[in-house]
Amino acid sequence: MNAHAPVPSPAAGCDIRHERGQRAVFCGLTGIVWLHRKIQDAFFLVVGSRTCAHLIQSAAGVMIFAEPRFATAIIDERDLAGLADANEELDRVVGRLIERRPDIRLLFLVGSCPSEVIKLDLGRAAERLSRNLHPGVRVLSYSGSGIETTFTQGEDACLAALVPEMPQARDAAPRLLVVGALADVVEDQFARIFADLGLADIRFLPARRAGEMPALGPGTRYLLAQPFLADTARALEARGATRIPAPFPLGIEGTTAWLRAAAEAFDVPADRFARVTAPGRARAETALEPHRARLAGKRVFFFPDSQLELPLSRFLSREMGTALVEVGTPYLHRQHHAPDLALLPAGTRVVEGQSLDAQMDRCRAARPDLTVCGLGLANPLEAEGFATKWSIELLFTPIQGYDQAGDLAELFARPLKRRARLEV
Amino acid sequence: MQLTLWTYEGPPHIGAMRVATAMRGLHYVLHAPQGDTYADLLFTMIERRDARPPVTYTTFQARDLGADTAAIFQSAVAEAHARFQPEAMIVGASCTAELIQDDPGGLARALDLPIPVIPLELPAYQKKENWGAAETLYRLVRALADPSATRTPRTDRRPLCNILGPTALGFRHRDDLVEVRGLLAALGIDVNVVAPLGASPADLGRLGAADLNVVLYPEIARPAALHLQKTFGQPMIETVPIGIQATRRFVAEVAAAAGVDPAPVLDGPGSRLPWYSRSVDSTYLTDKRVFIFGDATHALAAARVAAAELGFRVVGLGTYTREFAREVRAEAALHGIEATITDDYLDVEAAIQAAQPDLVLGTQMERHIAKRLGLPCAVISAPIHVQDFPARHAPQMGFEGANVLFDTWVHPLMMGLEEHLLGMFREDAEFHGAAAPSHLPRHGGAPPPVAHAEPAVPTGDIVLAWASEAEKELKKIPFFVRGKARANTERFARERALPLITVETLYDAKAHFGR
Repeated sequence: MNAHAPVPSPAAGCDIRHERGQRAVFCGLTGIVWLHRKIQDAFFLVVGSRTCAHLIQSAAGVMIFAEPRFATAIIDERDLAGLADANEELDRVVGRLIERRPDIRLLFLVGSCPSEVIKLDLGRAAERLSRNLHPGVRVLSYSGSGIETTFTQGEDACLAALVPEMPQARDAAPRLLVVGALADVVEDQFARIFADLGLADIRFLPARRAGEMPALGPGTRYLLAQPFLADTARALEARGATRIPAPFPLGIEGTTAWLRAAAEAFDVPADRFARVTAPGRARAETALEPHRARLAGKRVFFFPDSQLELPLSRFLSREMGTALVEVGTPYLHRQHHAPDLALLPAGTRVVEGQSLDAQMDRCRAARPDLTVCGLGLANPLEAEGFATKWSIELLFTPIQGYDQAGDLAELFARPLKRRARLEV
Repeated sequence: MQLTLWTYEGPPHIGAMRVATAMRGLHYVLHAPQGDTYADLLFTMIERRDARPPVTYTTFQARDLGADTAAIFQSAVAEAHARFQPEAMIVGASCTAELIQDDPGGLARALDLPIPVIPLELPAYQKKENWGAAETLYRLVRALADPSATRTPRTDRRPLCNILGPTALGFRHRDDLVEVRGLLAALGIDVNVVAPLGASPADLGRLGAADLNVVLYPEIARPAALHLQKTFGQPMIETVPIGIQATRRFVAEVAAAAGVDPAPVLDGPGSRLPWYSRSVDSTYLTDKRVFIFGDATHALAAARVAAAELGFRVVGLGTYTREFAREVRAEAALHGIEATITDDYLDVEAAIQAAQPDLVLGTQMERHIAKRLGLPCAVISAPIHVQDFPARHAPQMGFEGANVLFDTWVHPLMMGLEEHLLGMFREDAEFHGAAAPSHLPRHGGAPPPVAHAEPAVPTGDIVLAWASEAEKELKKIPFFVRGKARANTERFARERALPLITVETLYDAKAHFGR
């Protein structure tokens, strides 16, 4: 996981530091909260402990769905003592699940810290179950464990597990693959723009249904829509796809650069690109304007959370005029982040990793105007007088693309607006 | 291995966190992988606490497993001690760290810190949250209560009492404590220590000075209270003062144990519940079928209040607290039913469907089931939700608690006259099939269209056909009882092997099942 690409940082201008210590981050299981909605006939079965089950239901905003497409097979002492055969137990649990949810076409067995530590081989279990449940249900596995994945890396591991499932394209025709879970509405907007640009074969990973995963071929060029997909990218390249480097599609500048990278890769004439993107850029400009007054000049501090921190801070500093006090990120993939890093103001302090108490001390000393942080820290910081934006909302809200640029700015402006509004 | 969609309780270390977070001057070092820090948000988001829980996590990763996780743990303990300067510490492991067997207690002891460091053994693959809270409180009390604490003679002072059980993230613990303190004050009893909520390790040292212990939540405080009973000879009062009768019994028992006169409280103004329940408007509550599920403390209390103080009929009673299964089974037997003892949400859902209640009193999980089934519901127990920490004072205990129970349990129901009118005039445009109680605008509209919206008994092989007239007649029945009417009619038809359900069948079934 997350071996850094051996590419030197192109952003000589950023002050990149590393920190180790206590981390306040979710584990990769959290990704299930959005992935189970994205792939409509997939079910996520965590093989783990009561803690895993408790985490997901707590992270899911505490029980927002009456019948979720995720569950936990809770390992108990009988499994650990070897009194019960873990594989037989798993087969029994999966059987009960499939009986209850005959609509499931794709089942992910999701590894957890305990299942990794006791070395339960979920890959083999998935193969066995796939054979047994063939052809109705395909069973795959990946790890969302906290010892191996941080928050959004769970999506990375899930998508990487899907890559071998993608059919082989019969020809070498050029095709574009957009990689990373996006809100359906954002995906539809991007599909329309790519179509207007004249790109014929545009597909998204993950597809909305298990049986519709896009084909891969030597002509596949892929564009990352999310900045945390290191393993998925590696798996795609192993199958011959090539990455189109681009900043991430946040804000007008990011969206334009992201679309342009694809357009140039597919030889779309510049004037056509300008014509197709002009209305979106204009709308986004209108939508951003009202938030600039509130955000310009404000000092922002990012705690590490989703790996979206770099493109977000690039958007805030270049389009909204904010100053960056510190940009924390759990991991920094030098290669995938290179285009965004290059756009950050010189001297920006980027901190990879975390030592929570030390970082809180720095935050308190810097007294930022807005602190972007996880749910565990937000209210305590508010109580100390800091305006905060809780970062998980940035994963659960459509923020990519032109028509969401205003919503993205508003997410950051709202805490400031609210503080200005309240008289109590 | 157990298939779990939702879990009623977290792992035991969450129970330990609830105790640590409730206290002052105590710090918890938890050997746990990154990701387990999600637990902070339970306290900061759900309970809206204004400070991080006093917990340091080691947040080890896979690369650390091959190296020295024990060293990571030791440095976390040393750093937490230096930074937070606690009076005492507790140390332990979460589920993953339990597997790697680093022995947090031994590692912490080796540091030889100048404060008490109490190791916790919380078997994550056997036990759950409330057990973890109870074990943690017990370990703290055992380690910190000063055995030389003595009681001064009663002649020259008022009686002294400890209140045991309220924690962080507890269902209305904050407000219950206010009520119970009020009752004790009215009896002329002083409070020595409340634990764990608000107590420091030094406060726990003074526990032995009290004359008696009040146990508010037996799931959490019973082991600690038993220990104190044994060590200091302090009697323990375990009657949970939820509802009028239980509150009066609690007052009498506490007064007897403390040697004071209960009359000032028992003859005082009390609660509005008895009169509200006797007032004619409440006659429509008679025999309303209620299904109750929660932790043992709240489920047991709810069953008694529902039956004896509101005149409901208890058609289902259960708990996820297996440690108290015996008590809950005994209570269920008094209502002529079998208790549902399970921590499997699907079992509870099936039990609710089978019981066909008019009202569900449960946890947030049952609230969801009730929503799916189109049934009214009130929440009586953890696991909790941000809505279970209301801004207003909303206790469950004492006389004010009884007032709260009356309001929150009766409010979701259709009001008496409205229910009659709805039944009489189904053709009225505003009384359409999906009409909800008029005082609950946000619940207006039909329940969400889900497969189980109108639960039916499995049909077996017999295909039940409804005559269109009968189908139309069924629609005249208010939606919140329509599912029950359909199921009863079909059951009636199936038992008699009727080929077609007619309007007559519908009314025959109504007469047959009518209560």
